[in-house]
Parts: sequence; C-alpha cells; structure tokens
Amino acid sequence: MTAKDSAEKVTKKFESATAIEFRGEHTVTVTPDDFRAVMEYCKAELSLDMLLDASSVDNTGEDPRFALVYELATVDDSVHLRVKTNIAEGDEIPTVSDLWATADWHEREIWDMMGIQFSGHPDLRRILMWEGYPFHPLRKEFPLAGKPSEMPDVAFTGEAPLEGGPFVTSAGAGSRVEAEPRAK
Amino acid sequence: MATTETPTKDLDTAEAARTELAHAAYDSKIEGNVIFTRVDAAINWMRKNSLWPMPMGLACCAIELMATASSRFDISRFGAEVMRFSPRQSDVMIVAGTVTYKMALAVKRVWDQMPEPKWCIAMGACASSGGMYRSYAVLQGIDQLLPVDVYISGCPPRPEALIEGLMKLQKKIDGEESTMDLKSDSTEA
Repeated sequence: MTAKDSAEKVTKKFESATAIEFRGEHTVTVTPDDFRAVMEYCKAELSLDMLLDASSVDNTGEDPRFALVYELATVDDSVHLRVKTNIAEGDEIPTVSDLWATADWHEREIWDMMGIQFSGHPDLRRILMWEGYPFHPLRKEFPLAGKPSEMPDVAFTGEAPLEGGPFVTSAGAGSRVEAEPRAK
Repeated sequence: MATTETPTKDLDTAEAARTELAHAAYDSKIEGNVIFTRVDAAINWMRKNSLWPMPMGLACCAIELMATASSRFDISRFGAEVMRFSPRQSDVMIVAGTVTYKMALAVKRVWDQMPEPKWCIAMGACASSGGMYRSYAVLQGIDQLLPVDVYISGCPPRPEALIEGLMKLQKKIDGEESTMDLKSDSTEA
C-alpha cells in the first residue's frame, strides 16, 4: 500500500476528510469530531504504527484558530501520512496517547506551548515551562521578550531587552544582511 | 633559609658571636621554619590557591570548562582542579552556560547551599547577560540572582580566558581585607 492508497482509504471511509498531495507528501484534513476515529482507523487498518511527530500551528486571524498536525508512518517507512485538524480556541481534542505512547509528551508540549487541551490525556502537565507558569509562549500574541511572572520560591520570569543588542533580528529591514542578527 | 648548625671552628670568631647573638631569641628547634605574616594574608593565600569549583555546567561553556580541567590546560596548576559536585564542599561556583528561568532557582538553591566564603564566576555571554538568547525562557544574566565576582566574555570563552578569570579572582581574593567581613553583603544580593 502506498501513501496515496492510505489517503484515499481515509477519504472514502470518512466523508468529512479531504486529502491533498503536495510534492509527493499526502495530507488528510479531518474535522475535530472525526479526528479520533480517523486516528484509530489509521492505526488499526492502515498499520500506521508510528507517530513521528505531533505539532500545532497558530493561524491567528483565521477561524478556527489552531491547526494540529500529526505525522504518521509505517514501521517499514514505506508510507507516510499527515493528518491535520483545525480546532477553535478553547476547544478540546481527544488524546491519541493511548494509541501511540509517544503522543503523551508531544501533546504535553502542545498544551504547554500553545494551550490546546487534550481530553482523556493521562497526565496533561506542562513539559518545558513549569507548573503554574501563566502563559503559552508559542501563541502569536505572546511577545518574544516574554512577560513578567512571579511564583514566590518556585520560579519567576522577566522581560528580555530586545533593542540594541547584536543578536536581534531587525524585522522589516531592507535586505537579508540588514535583517540578520549580527554585530552592527 | 637560616642555618641551625653551630658555627664551626673555622669561622671567624666575631662572625660566630654575631650569629649567636642574632639567634639568641629563637628556639633552636624551630628556628628556620618560621614565617612572619599577617593572618589575613596567610588565609587569603590559602584560600586563593585551593579554590574548589562547583561546576554549574548548563550549556556549551561546560565543554570548555571540562577542557580547562583536563591535561592540555590543566586548571590544577592554579589549585582549582577539585571539581565538587556537592555545593557544601565548594568555594567558587562557575556558572558555565545559558541559565533558563526554569533552572535559575535551582542555581540559586545550589548557591545558597555553598558555605561562606564563596565566589561566583559568570562564564561566557549567556551567564553574564543572557547572550544571544533574548527570549522569554532565558534569565538575562545570572547576576540578577547571585553576586558575581568575575565575568568572562566569549561564546564560549577559550580555556585560557577561564584561567585568566580564575587568576583575576585569585587576585581579588588576595586583596580582600578582613577575614571577618568577607563577602558579608553576599546574603543581601
């Protein structure tokens, strides 16, 4: 079975799913309601036994706001399939950590950095920042410099100075040379 | 070194008398083994030549720190080869690498466990100022948490730079005035 066959099987079984091919890579986009069923089908019927990566995208300004991207593969590496789903801010998505154990930490990272809740996750704690940190830093509205936060005796953060240093990218500068972070 | 043997008969008698007079105040058993100094100078001399580092290796600077400790650069020439991974046996914390906010209070906690007198070397750009990590995740210089004695520039610094930083710290320790008020303000930082 090829990746194309796998994508076609998914679109045939689930009406809401759409498939696209781009440069030999196959992506199926599904609705959040079908997401869990699609993932179970991929694991059970298409023998996509490996979850290579799970990530999230913040499409601020679009509705729904977030996209979740799961990279699936067979163990013999013959088939790669990307599964995408779009969810709105505040919505929950069912976990797949019971299907692929590796999804456990990936979903924790998505929760930590993007603030997307996974229902049914066994241990949805932050993984990079500490428990109690009030922000989700990879969201578009969060500034690179950070925001001040304070948890006495646990942790604190401050705002990093972003002007004047040699290591700061100049957004909107005319050329790549001017925009690159280097000593000026 | 002064001699402890009695003058031989060959010596001039006047010379022998002078020697005897000069040594009359000393106990002949310990004569020649005594050095006079100030207690501060003696203590500073001992401290600066046996600095036991607490290696707080957090990033690539730690690789240079390891290189400094090994044979080519050999930090033991300066009496600082005893890397202690227990803060209670350390004199100087070498913060080598990027201090994230998540790590920051752990560094502070280790520092608080080190007994006085203690010193801190901020090794490299990240430990000194956050370096190239102008980011929500990185503490912009360990001096926001601990009193730093020596900053070493570089990304990462060469082992020679670390050794010079250590020598600068030794010079600083040598000049410290009183054993009583050593780093008395370190708890206020």
